[in-house]
Amino acid sequence: MAAPIAIHLEFGGGAELLFNGVKDHRVTLPSQSEPWDMKQLLVWIQENLLKERPELFVQGDSVRPGILVLINDADWELMGELEYQLQDQDNIVFISTLHGG
Amino acid sequence: MPIQCSSCAKNRAVLRRPKTGHSLCKHCFFWAFEEEIHQTIVSARLFNRGETVGIGASGGKDSTVLAYVLKVLNERYDYGLKLLLLSVDEGITGYRNDSLETVRRNQQQYDLPLTIVSYEELYGWTMDAIVKQVGLRNNCTFCGVFRRQALDRGAMMLNVDKICTGHNADDVAETVIMNVLRGDIARLHRCTVISTASDGEGAIPRCKPLKYAYEKEIVLYAYFKKLDYFSTECVYSPNAYRGHARTFIKDLEAVRPSAIMDIIHSGENLSVKEGVKMPVQGTCSRCGYISSQSLCKSCVLLEGLNRGLPKLGIGKHHRLHDKILAQQALTEKEQNKLKAIEF
Repeated sequence: MAAPIAIHLEFGGGAELLFNGVKDHRVTLPSQSEPWDMKQLLVWIQENLLKERPELFVQGDSVRPGILVLINDADWELMGELEYQLQDQDNIVFISTLHGG
Repeated sequence: MPIQCSSCAKNRAVLRRPKTGHSLCKHCFFWAFEEEIHQTIVSARLFNRGETVGIGASGGKDSTVLAYVLKVLNERYDYGLKLLLLSVDEGITGYRNDSLETVRRNQQQYDLPLTIVSYEELYGWTMDAIVKQVGLRNNCTFCGVFRRQALDRGAMMLNVDKICTGHNADDVAETVIMNVLRGDIARLHRCTVISTASDGEGAIPRCKPLKYAYEKEIVLYAYFKKLDYFSTECVYSPNAYRGHARTFIKDLEAVRPSAIMDIIHSGENLSVKEGVKMPVQGTCSRCGYISSQSLCKSCVLLEGLNRGLPKLGIGKHHRLHDKILAQQALTEKEQNKLKAIEF
């Protein structure tokens, strides 16, 4: 049984508009039998945080193309993307590139 | 398991570059990103020493990164350019106000002079007023046409030699696809050109130093450098057709990141076969701006607004240009066609 973990979520580049304009979220993921991974986190975000138009944030079981993901300040493409196993105190950033200026 | 930088092999990599697949640390990424833009500028001979260069600044990610990098490179390689920021205030309450605040901060942060020109002073119409008359259907046409000319007019007031804009690789690829989908051969032919010719009258040469820079890298550069930019959606409905092209490009990129460069490459190497009718560039007989018709698009749109016939500039009504120029009244039938506003 994995213990609950506390992580920091940050939304930027316009992605925060889907979360009531709130950029920073400190959340605790409940205890579950398996360790949390990014794929499960995306489902959790959809069920618990996403306020509107989920199709602008997720596509299939991943983020919508054009939304960049950083895990502890590194491109998630270097970290195993959906398979990355979350650790306590991780910092996850989602930045939309789809918004204009 | 942290991945090491494939360039210096010392630091932890922070991103995988979509263009090359290399994994780089922050320092090596900054250097590679800036050097590639330098290479683009040098190999396409975008600027000459002593020139005044106006940077079209919206406060968004692309123009913010462009202004920052041009300032860095101008100092690092002693281009000898005088850089300034040029912004357009479309008059959209709740959208442009905030982004212009960002541009004002950029002016301080980068120590570059800033000039703002507004639709209201240039055309007598804000976008808010235009939307009131034309509705949400075609307002992007007005905004796009007016912005292009506003940037030119602002640049002329400031005696700017060249204008550069923050169009990135993703934007160019998207435009290639859009022009293919619309069958717009003339635009397809010229949309990948990095720099417009300087011999045309009434228009200031324009260039796109970020033409080969991926959006992903621009956004991560801004993020890691903690650059101050503004991102929002325009309150007056996004351009739906462009949105589809954008989604398509992003989906392709997710499968194969080089698709973006490949589309640009295809666009650059297309040639138009003989016998295809191309518009001949001339000048607008009313305002002198470049135009392939007797009246430029901007003048036709403005005429439509001022006559209360907003659809005059939407679609093809070239046959009416002579009447407009002669300030003749339109027939009732012609008027009715141009009045209809669909919501």
